Amino acid sequence: MDEKRRSTGQEAKISVRDLDMGYGSFVLMRDMNFTVSKGDIFIIMGGSGCGKSTLLKVLIGLLEPLRGQIFYDGANFWEGDAQQKDLIMRKFGILYQSSALWSSMTLAENVALPLEQYTNLSKSRIRELVSLKLALVGLAGFEEFYPSEISGGMRKRAGLARAMALDPDILFFDEPSAGLDPVSARLLDDLIIELRDSLGTTVVVVTHELQSIFAIGNNSVFLDPDTKTIIASGDPKQLLAESKDPKVMSFLTRGEKT
Amino acid sequence: MSTKSQNKSEMRFSHPSQDTLVVHIGGNWLLETSPPSTELLESEIKSFKTTRTINFDTKNLTNWDSSLLIFLSKASEICAQHNINIQMEGIPQGVRKLLDLASPNRQRKGITRKTEKNSFLVRVADTTGDFIRTSKETLAFIGEAALAFGKLLCGRANFRRIDLITVIQESGAQAIPIVSLISALVGLIFAFVGALQLKLFGAQIYVADIVGIAMVRVMGAIMTGIIMAGRTGASFAAQIGTMQVNEEVDALKTLGISPMEFLVLPRMLALALMMPLLCLYADLMGIIGGMIVGVFMLDLNFMEYYNQTKSAIALTHLWVGLFHSAVFGVLIALCGCLKGMQCGRSASAVGTATTSAVVTSIVSIIVSTAIITIVCEVIGI
Repeated sequence: MDEKRRSTGQEAKISVRDLDMGYGSFVLMRDMNFTVSKGDIFIIMGGSGCGKSTLLKVLIGLLEPLRGQIFYDGANFWEGDAQQKDLIMRKFGILYQSSALWSSMTLAENVALPLEQYTNLSKSRIRELVSLKLALVGLAGFEEFYPSEISGGMRKRAGLARAMALDPDILFFDEPSAGLDPVSARLLDDLIIELRDSLGTTVVVVTHELQSIFAIGNNSVFLDPDTKTIIASGDPKQLLAESKDPKVMSFLTRGEKT
Repeated sequence: MSTKSQNKSEMRFSHPSQDTLVVHIGGNWLLETSPPSTELLESEIKSFKTTRTINFDTKNLTNWDSSLLIFLSKASEICAQHNINIQMEGIPQGVRKLLDLASPNRQRKGITRKTEKNSFLVRVADTTGDFIRTSKETLAFIGEAALAFGKLLCGRANFRRIDLITVIQESGAQAIPIVSLISALVGLIFAFVGALQLKLFGAQIYVADIVGIAMVRVMGAIMTGIIMAGRTGASFAAQIGTMQVNEEVDALKTLGISPMEFLVLPRMLALALMMPLLCLYADLMGIIGGMIVGVFMLDLNFMEYYNQTKSAIALTHLWVGLFHSAVFGVLIALCGCLKGMQCGRSASAVGTATTSAVVTSIVSIIVSTAIITIVCEVIGI
């Protein structure tokens, strides 16, 4: 029984087993196995078009895998019943690449919607929580602004406030630094670390920004489109120091070492 | 040795030894100077079958652009076919670097997509498969919409009331100016066409009957439907399509919120409620349009026209017209939302979804009108 529990990732926050993913008959990645422990900042890295965002879609329930299993706290995500999947998804907070703020709603309404859906809190308590979440990402006072009225960096932060609305167990980030200036990107990285440290949240980040990878990541997988699988995993800093794989070294050193 | 020279670019060959060919490239090797083709090189190789190595001499080369790269990469392919060693030392360093960048071993493997033309039978099978898949998706969408409507009736539908009010305002009150203009003009046109014929018999007064019955029974609903398909149906498809592009629909799904209830239901409900009201208004505007022609051009008395209209229109006509409009409202909302939800993830996909929503809405309006008309005929109303 213990062995069975271990094999289904009971010890881990996220456990991916023999996962194949793709679209229709086209296999993008195969035989993926990795484990994300609680409190990890886990980086999914690889070159453009290698399937990082697709893996994220599979992890968050938007795209069914072709084969294999994903376990969250030991519970099978794709093969369990719909109710179990919904319960697992409720633990997620997701910051999309484009922020994906609902454009017809103000920032306050965007952050409030998950709270209105899944809690019985009073309107005044929701308003307080919304203000707190927006303040946590440095957007206090922007409650009544629409997404189109703020900058790209602010939209990312507002997206993060929405992702944190329900105090999620796991935060997923799809290219968080994309389209941000270096200072905003650095601030977002700092914010991710602070959230992990203060709330104990597990963080999964899809990115190819080297500075972010080394600044925040303590565990990672490297996707290789040629072999269509994971060719390296572990702490990115350790990979940089020890990896002998030319593709990994080339990626981590911006092509300076192969 | 063979030579080819043009105004600005030139190529000639020399054979310093039996197994070596030197290609002398000179002048301005630019796209606009139509530089020599690799066919000359190939025929030279075929003429001297002992050639094992090719060198290049570019001492006289003044300018070059992509045409030289194309020539050299084709030359490499030809040399590979004839097992000839190609030496690039004589080529400018910049050209060599670019050739290296474009070399096949620097490209990603296994991603070439072949655009083979399939046979007629394969294309028929593909098209049939696509049709079946689309039909299934459409039926599933209608089913989901029906379930969402069921939830609404049970009071468990999950959408924001403010969204419903906003859509009602956008698709109802804000559509009044365009509905007024089009309906009044349609009434006017009907009256003109009818008047020309009826005048021949001195029966101008029956213009009121033509305009009244036509507008109230079907034309008011059809014209409102077509206006709303172009205005609101297109807007629904574009709104939801853009939400797909911006991952807003994904954000709803991952939060466990059904896009069908949150996005589609308020739009469907708003149009189903607003269309009969707009249709009623369009009927009135059409009758006023006809009255303008009757009173000012046919010299009919206002009260006379009013009484004639009143006696011509039965309540059945009104119910049939309103039923048409409610059906059109649901169809337009369904088509707009369906195309928006099926939209791809690009700007052009939003355009395609919008166009498709309008076309599908108008076709469904016409088809449903035909069906309702036949049913009314059969049951005698």
